[in-house]
Formats: sequence, C-alpha cells, structure tokens
Amino acid sequence: MGKNIMDKLKTKSRAVMAQAERESALLEPTRRSFLRGSVATMGAAATLGATGGAAFAAGNPENLPPNVPEWSKMLGDRVTAEPYGIPSQYEKNVHRRTVPWLTPTAESSISFTPIQDLHGIITPNGLHFERHHGGFPHIPKEDFRLIVHGMVKNERMFTLQDLMRFPQVSRIHFVECPANSGAEWRGAQMDKLQFTHGMVSCCEWTGVKVSTLMEELGVKPGAKWVLAEGADAAGMSRSIPIEKIGDDCILAYAQNGEMLRPEQGYPLRLIVPGFEGNMNVKWIRRLEFGDMPWHHREETSKYTDTLSNGKSRRFTWSMDTKSVITSPCPEYPMLGKGYHQIRGLAWSGAGKIKGVDISVDGGKNWMPARLEGMVLDKALTRFVFDWDWNGQEVLLQSRAYDETGYVQPTIDQLRAVRGTWSIYHNNSIHTWLVKKSGEVQNVQVSGK
Amino acid sequence: MFKFPVNKSVLGLVLGGVLMTSAAYAGDEMKYGFGVKPSDKEIAGWDIDIRPDGQGLPAGSGSYEDGEALYAEHCAACHGDFADGGGGRYPPLVGGTPNELAQSVRPGQPHKTIGSYWPYASTVFDYIKRAMPFGNAQSLTDDEVYAITGFLLAENDLHDSDEPMDAEALKAVVMPNVDGFVDDPRPDVKNPHCMKDCFKSVEITSKATLGVTPTGEEALR
Ligand code: HEC
Repeated sequence: MGKNIMDKLKTKSRAVMAQAERESALLEPTRRSFLRGSVATMGAAATLGATGGAAFAAGNPENLPPNVPEWSKMLGDRVTAEPYGIPSQYEKNVHRRTVPWLTPTAESSISFTPIQDLHGIITPNGLHFERHHGGFPHIPKEDFRLIVHGMVKNERMFTLQDLMRFPQVSRIHFVECPANSGAEWRGAQMDKLQFTHGMVSCCEWTGVKVSTLMEELGVKPGAKWVLAEGADAAGMSRSIPIEKIGDDCILAYAQNGEMLRPEQGYPLRLIVPGFEGNMNVKWIRRLEFGDMPWHHREETSKYTDTLSNGKSRRFTWSMDTKSVITSPCPEYPMLGKGYHQIRGLAWSGAGKIKGVDISVDGGKNWMPARLEGMVLDKALTRFVFDWDWNGQEVLLQSRAYDETGYVQPTIDQLRAVRGTWSIYHNNSIHTWLVKKSGEVQNVQVSGK
Repeated sequence: MFKFPVNKSVLGLVLGGVLMTSAAYAGDEMKYGFGVKPSDKEIAGWDIDIRPDGQGLPAGSGSYEDGEALYAEHCAACHGDFADGGGGRYPPLVGGTPNELAQSVRPGQPHKTIGSYWPYASTVFDYIKRAMPFGNAQSLTDDEVYAITGFLLAENDLHDSDEPMDAEALKAVVMPNVDGFVDDPRPDVKNPHCMKDCFKSVEITSKATLGVTPTGEEALR
C-alpha cells in the first residue's frame, strides 16, 4: 500500500516540478516585456515581479480554499530525500548573475548576489557574490598548507587541522567588492538592483584571528606589512598594514556555520573586516611579514582610483558608509497605492551604522528610517520605513550615517572631488524613480 | 619612500589604543606549538613575491630576442601581436604616457598600461611569474620571465633592447608614473546631515541605459 502512494506522489511531484521549471524559464523575459507593455494592469504586472510569476498571481484553483490540495492528503518526501537541503523548487529564480561584458573571461569575472530576493542581514552561502581572478580551485583539505614566514621569530607551516586547534572566533561581517556600483560612476547604467549593488554579502565567519598567530610566532621588530597570497591560478596577493592584520583580521575556515564554499576560498580565506573585498584573500597559502609594501598588480594597476587630473589614489582600503533600498526596486516594483514597507541594507567599513534616512523627493527632505534587527560592527544592517504611497511619481533614496558621524554622500559630491574616472569606491546615495505604474527605474539626480 | 596613509580607519586603530607594536608579539617560545617549521626549500617553492627594492628577484636573465619569441608563443594570442590588447577585451601591455591619464588630455578613458600606469617595474616580473600566461600560471622559468619582462619594458621604451634583463637591470628601471600615486585622503567628502529643504530643486541627470543589463541565460555566462 505504502508503495502505491509513494509512486503516485512521485509522478505528481514530477509533474509539478516540470511545470515550475517551464514557468521559471519564462519568468525573466516575460517580466521585462510585461512591464514595458502594460501600465493599466498594474496589479498583475507588479505581482509578476515577485517570485512566483503568473502562477503566483492566479494560483491553481484546485489548491485554493475551499478545496483541499494534494499535499494536505499525501505524504511528503522522506527525511534525507535531500541529504544536503536545497532551496524550494519554486525559488529557482533566486541565484547569482553575472554581466558577461564587464570582464575579458568568465574565470576572471564577477557574479552578483541577488540582494533583491534576500531578507535579514545574512547572505546564504550559495548566494555570496563571487570575484575570482583565475577561476575558483577545488583544494583537497589534506593538500592545504599555510606558510607564515618573513619577519617572524618562528616561521611555521600549518595544516587546516592545526589551524582549527587554535582558539576560535566567529564574527558577522560584510564583504564588498570596491567595484560595487562601479558601473554607475559616469551615470545611471544598470536597470536591476542585483547589478547596481549585488557585490556585497554578509556572513558569519569562523576561524582563528591572525593576532593569535602573531602572538604565537612572534613578530620581529620593524615588521610593518604583511603580504597575503592565494593558492589560486591568479596567485592573488595584497599588502596589508600590520595595524590592521593584528587588529581584527580572521583566517576563516567556516562561513555561516559550515566549511567555506569553494568559491569563497575553501579551505581557508582571509577576512579583513571593513576593507575592500579583494584584500580578503581566498584559498590563502601564505602570510609573509615584511617592512614595506609589495606594490603588486592588484594594488597598483588595479584597485587604485584615478582622479580627473591623472593622479591616482593607492591603498584605498576602507569601504565607506553606503546604503540602498531593496524594496521597492526594479526587480520588485510597487504593488499598488497605500502601505508599503520600504526596506533596505546599510553598511560601513568604519564601524556600526548609526541611522538611515529616507527621502521621497530626491533628497530635498529626509525622514528617519528604523534600524531593524541586529546592528553589528562592519556588518550589513537592515532598515525599514513605513510608507504610504499616494501613487504619484517619486524619487526614492536612502542615506546612511555611521557611528563616526560620516554621512553617505551624493554622487555630485563624490564627482566634485574624484571626477568620473574611478571604478571603485562609489558609495553614493542611490536613487530609484518610482513611476505611477509602480515600475522602478535606476536614475541619478542632481540637487541645487 | 612610503608614507603611511592616515585615513579614517587607520586613525581609528591608533586612537583606539590597539596599535600593535612588535613588542606585543615578543614571544620566542610558542605557546601552542601547532604546525611545523617549514624547510627553506619548502618556503622557496612558494615564496615568489618581488618587491620594488628588488627583494625576491631570483638569479637569471633573458634577452630581448628570447622575450620576443616567448611573447609570441605564450602571450600574443590574448594580448595581441603588438601587445596592444589585440583589439579584443584583453588588457593592452604597451603604449600611453602618464600624461594621458588626465581627463583633459584624453577624454573618454584613461590609457592604462604597464608603461603609462604601473609605478614599479618589479610588479611586471612578479605578476607575469605568478599569474601569466592566463590558464598556465607559474609555468615559465625565471630566465623566461626575465626575457618577457625585458621585452615588454623595451616595447614601452623603458629598457634598452640590446641589454639583457636581469635583477640589476630591473631594479634600475624607473617607471614614468612612479610619482603618479597619492595616499588615501578619505574621508574626502562631507555631506552635512541636512533633514529639511536641503535642495531647492532636483533634476534627473541620467536614467539606466537600455540594453546593457543582462537578462535570462545571458546572466549565467
Ligand atoms: C588566455 C589569455 C591570456 C594569455 C595567453 C596571457 N594573458 Fe595576460 N592577461 C589575460 C587576462 C584575462 C588578464 C586580466 C586578468 C585579471 O584582470 O584578472 C591578463 C593580464 C595581464 C597583465 C596585467 C595587465 C594590467 O594592465 O593590469 C599582464 C602584464 C599580462 N597579462 C601579461 C601576460 C604575459 C607576459 C603573457 C605571456 C607569458 C600573458 N599575459 C598571457 C589573459 C591572457
């Protein structure tokens, strides 16, 4: 008897799955053309922007009250049907995306976190943005070694097991690529939140503090810098000042409770809280202590900021205070007049977020938003704002400030000092144009 | 040579009293004793980094002619026969001057190459040895890296093509843009925390460009 039920169930769920797959394949192009074409059917268009597509808007009447759906009658899947659990089959649209034209190859490239689909402050491990310069390797943990050498009294080579024996810390920190929003320096460009701001993620990182190793090995007098080097095919290397590495940097082997994902540096990466993502060297194999910086390619040719007069800033490590509204956004437009909770993310490389303000008139007037949930040092922070939309066109913005008093600047203010040749460190106030139809478009504004 | 940048974050560390002096890590004795002492040979296999003062440069040398041939064999397919990027998406390796980094001289995009932008010649050796050829990194011998480095520097008019490239010759190269870098002055903008009537008027200056944002399968390439 049991077997019959199971067979029936399997056939049924295969059918449901096939249908879901067809729908999710259709979802993206449909959403685009639908939003462009239709204004009158605002409600339907907006619902389509949400994850479920057309099926979500209508639903299958057989499954809706007063009918009792199949899943209320038949047994569901057994335990360990998925030994390592995966997201619902109805959330297939939630994944990382890349912009192929940004980089020369898919190995030295970027993928963006779908922050439009996420809630709270933690980025799920499979959705953390990627930036590799030579693809991501798969390193067997028994073949991993970290060498610490140079200006230390005791040079040492560690296995992963060795490192896991040291006193352990866990910290929640964001990692942001300094090129996040980099395509927007000269003007509004990308028309999705995932691409304007998706190169930021936030996880709980667990590992051993570098300062623990420094105390253990003994740093020689005169050591001022550390070279962190990866074992990937890019041999990623960055010079880090000893004040920072000895303060809060972590050699992390775990991410949100489980061992690092290969894309995130398995089996070991550096976490440099609040500093640009590139310094958080993945697949780390070496820490060399020295008395001067190395001026390697990723801190000279790249990750330097050219000003309009041709001079360039170097060692621009800290990620400045930034925020963005994640709801509404181009992917999830307004669902109609009336109540809408504006939601967003704020973060600062200098410490904790102190507050966030919201403007609905392009920055003429501001109202304080509320910080929701945990407010942590150098971590993503949620803000919300209860809003009553009157259905008119508005210019929606968020502006964060941190505990040092620094206030997120306008793009005009940044351009006045840096020009438009920068690629990195665009932390400007972001503007969404909310149209009467409920559609949301990425725009830039200038106030006088 | 290098002045420590006094930016917000570093200042915060110093003022916060957590500035780590070497004295804080004075231990000769290890407390835990985990791990092993690596042999010189083990360290040497991985210790490939080069500094501007020449620290790390290995023995060896290479001629311009060898460099030219090696470049054609290992690099030209991507970076172009004339190392100008080949008109594709790969970075150009020759051309330009620091002068052309200024917006007034060359509107559009700064012309960034080894010759116009890189402040130190040591970085050329270091990067080619660690990361190139793309897809077959750390495959070239030190002599080969010297030869290719010498070839690329000569193509940028920064090295005499009649002279072999070696540690001494590389240390002697002064890059045109060596003084083109300044330390981080941030916070460089101050946005007053204004709440009311901050602007009289606001205008939209640009809107997201149609057709640049990837959709569907495009975003998975
Ligand atoms: C398969 C294509 C390919 C080959 C072959 C190749 N490169 Fe590259 N090269 C790249 C890519 C891609 C990058 C950019 C990598 C990145 O930014 O992460 C690059 C970057 C560089 C850079 C840095 C440019 C800059 O301005 O920052 C140098 C220098 C370089 N290559 C030299 C070489 C040399 C020398 C060789 C031959 C030994 C070589 N490359 C072979 C693809 C290639």
